[in-house]
Amino acid sequence: MLKEAAKLDELVSQEYLHGFVTDVESDSVPQGLNEEVIHLISAKKEEPEFMLEWRLKAYRHWLTMSEPGWSTIHHPPIDYQAISYYSAPRSRKDGPQSLADVDPELLRTYEKLGVPLEERELLAGVAVDAVFDSVSVATTFKAKLAEMGIIFCSFSEAVLEHPELVRQYLGSVVPFTDNYFASLNSAVFSDGSFCYIPPGVHCPMELSTYFRINALNTGQFERTLIIADRDSYVSYLEGCTAPMRDENQLHAAVVELVALENARIRYATVQNWYPGDKNGKGGIYNFVTKRGECRGDNSRISWTQVETGSAITWKYPSVILKGDNSYGEFHSVALTNNFQQADTGTKMIHLGKHTRSHIVSKGISAGHGRNAYRGLVKIARTAVGARNYSQCDSLLLGDRCAAHTFPYIEVKHSSARVEHEATTSRIGEDQLFYCQSRGLSAEDAVSMIVNGFCKEVFQELPMEFAVEAQKLLGISLEGSIG
Amino acid sequence: MNARQVASVNDYLDAFRRVSSFLPGQQLDWLRESRAEAIGRFAQQGFPTLHNEEWKYTNVTAIEHGRFNLLPPHGSEFLSRLIDSHALLDSHILVFVNGHLEPGLSRPGKLPADVKLTSLSYRLERSPDDLEEALVTYPPPSAFADLNLAFMADGAYIRLPPGCVVKAPIQLLFIASEANLAIQPRNLVLAGAGCSASLVEHHVALGDISYFTNAVTDIVLDAGASIEHHKLQQESPSAFHIATVNVSQAAKSRFISTSFALGARLSRVGIAVRLDAEDARCDLDGLYLADGRQHVDHHTRIDHLQPRCTSRERYKGVLDGASRAVFNGRVVVHPDAQGSDAVQTNHNLLLSDAAEIDTKPQLEIWADDVKCSHGATVGQLDEDQVFYLCSRGIGESAARAMLTRAFAMEVVNRVGIPALQEKLDELLHARLPQRGTAC
Repeated sequence: MLKEAAKLDELVSQEYLHGFVTDVESDSVPQGLNEEVIHLISAKKEEPEFMLEWRLKAYRHWLTMSEPGWSTIHHPPIDYQAISYYSAPRSRKDGPQSLADVDPELLRTYEKLGVPLEERELLAGVAVDAVFDSVSVATTFKAKLAEMGIIFCSFSEAVLEHPELVRQYLGSVVPFTDNYFASLNSAVFSDGSFCYIPPGVHCPMELSTYFRINALNTGQFERTLIIADRDSYVSYLEGCTAPMRDENQLHAAVVELVALENARIRYATVQNWYPGDKNGKGGIYNFVTKRGECRGDNSRISWTQVETGSAITWKYPSVILKGDNSYGEFHSVALTNNFQQADTGTKMIHLGKHTRSHIVSKGISAGHGRNAYRGLVKIARTAVGARNYSQCDSLLLGDRCAAHTFPYIEVKHSSARVEHEATTSRIGEDQLFYCQSRGLSAEDAVSMIVNGFCKEVFQELPMEFAVEAQKLLGISLEGSIG
Repeated sequence: MNARQVASVNDYLDAFRRVSSFLPGQQLDWLRESRAEAIGRFAQQGFPTLHNEEWKYTNVTAIEHGRFNLLPPHGSEFLSRLIDSHALLDSHILVFVNGHLEPGLSRPGKLPADVKLTSLSYRLERSPDDLEEALVTYPPPSAFADLNLAFMADGAYIRLPPGCVVKAPIQLLFIASEANLAIQPRNLVLAGAGCSASLVEHHVALGDISYFTNAVTDIVLDAGASIEHHKLQQESPSAFHIATVNVSQAAKSRFISTSFALGARLSRVGIAVRLDAEDARCDLDGLYLADGRQHVDHHTRIDHLQPRCTSRERYKGVLDGASRAVFNGRVVVHPDAQGSDAVQTNHNLLLSDAAEIDTKPQLEIWADDVKCSHGATVGQLDEDQVFYLCSRGIGESAARAMLTRAFAMEVVNRVGIPALQEKLDELLHARLPQRGTAC
């Protein structure tokens, strides 16, 4: 047992696998934030006037706000003036036209991460809009998607080529006044992904974006906007890895989803940014605002997330159920090890009649990790016959970790049915003993039990991600017994 | 704070300067200091606003704007008929009128030797030795508890010697007889090792008058003590009721609490239990019935500080009219409290489309060998059950009334005092819709 425990310790304390820095020259603006910087960002991206105005309004509003303090996370104060707000890989005149034009250094980075674009293109059938330090450098399968009328491109491209769509939908789900980090993002966002599915189109492949934070000291401010028009369907994957680094990096992304009548959006995330070392030094600060709106009747939005990385995770993917009979889903696995902190959950805002929502949250804490589920289920007076079921389970591995549950339930209509259940426990000695008596090692037993614990969520992930998610859990969780 | 809030706080500061020399226990340095500190803290933070997370769903500006008389006069009216109607059979009764003990109206009865059942002001004046630790050890949990500490004038003092058993319930009957008073009773229960007793804290009023009750009850249980605390809030429909219950439990002690919130325009009950030693257990039950524009709020906090403690919490609510209920149950398992076992539930029945419930069960866990769960539901009667009763020949509205009553009676049935159960049964009968709501 002792020997096993030592081995497990080793496994748990395994250093970040994807830790390396790619040497690409960055085209950065000086540190600090003021209106000049925003003018500069907008000018560099050759944005139309309305975008600049919108950014400036957001910035001016941001100045009146203060950082939120209600979550259970703790971190040293962030110096927003010590961050460089724009960095783009040095591009050739017109940017890369095909894979051959892409900086070979960059391609090697993806290879190290196991995201060879050409292989993906050929084998997996996934179109990748790779975001490398804020500016998209390669988009595949674009032509194929374009044939069906699907627009899938970088945000800056969308601003230039489809300004009417951007103007109509940008900020319509997450307004620039929404919260501190969303306002900051609205002011300075550099790039991100844009996706529009026209009426009646079933997107034939999983759309995917790989985010990666690279240049030293550049906060990443991604903005994603997905619009599923009437009767359409899209499944979107977002995955993240980042190189090892000593200082904290701020990440404040915004994701907006809009589902019109009968449309369906599935959004899946595997997040594995640098979590800091085992003493809690370094790691990414991840303050994300994700929100979807079921704007039309019978529309559906589902969020699935596997959060294993980042020193701090602060995110609450939400659904506004505005259309009648619309349906919102949230499936989450959040794992915190060492000194990681996660304060995550969802908001389901029921406005339309007969709207339904389903929440499954699985939190795993090991080491000194802190994991909090914070969710809101709100049934407005207009939401006749609304229904919600929430289940939040926490698994504790180690006696210094913490698991919290803070569900907020606000009901204003008598026909609503809302149920919330939460449990917290650790892996039972008897469960472990049983598995071991059947010849499994302690580490395999824990892995098996934890994977069983998370199964409900993994089932919601597309195939590619389900494999990656299990691998990610495998790296950091097993050894916390012993 | 805005100008209005500052003005309101200044009123309290002025009042404190005027009345502080008349408050009991002014000869005690520690109490004078604690009162001054408390009013200082209150002045600094003012009344809680909706921006305060703990008060997110309860707006107390009506209390803030009320101009209450902070030094209630002693009641002199003849109240015995009222007392008869509220008194529990076979109980030791202390009657407080506007917060002051009325010995003439009280019926303490025969108690075991060495049991002290008296008024706090009397103890503060005569033998305050054991009071400092009990009254000012833990910082008051809210601005209202600070106000109480600054202004408290009387309340019940109950000391139970080790091993004593008080069979009959001890009833503390608080009567508000005049409008516009701020009544701030402070009760103290010191339960010796292995003793057992049950208390009924009962708040009533003489007619529909507006006043403000701000009560604090401290209960300290020594090893193996067993105390029941039943709180029955039947304030007048125009009254404000804020109550704070602080409990600290030693090893193997057992604490049972029930809170029945029936009256008041706005009520808020905060119950905080510290499971301070191993193998202690607490059971917190509650039932709130609200109608019209009533606002009823329960905030509970259970701290598992030591290994192998158990807590059970079951709260239920039935809401009608345009009423609003808030439930916030927090269970904190501290780092060394291995072997903790906590279960918490909150079930709500909404009878009207204008009613609102905001519920927030919370678990905060810092240890790994624990078994904790919570559940919350909001909904209506089970249609299958209604159908079953209808199929047995019971009219639909009667079936609904029957099921609503059964939903509420589950909490009543857990009260271990037959006389109180009977009284609650009557009260529910009067309060719940007899024919049910039409569907």
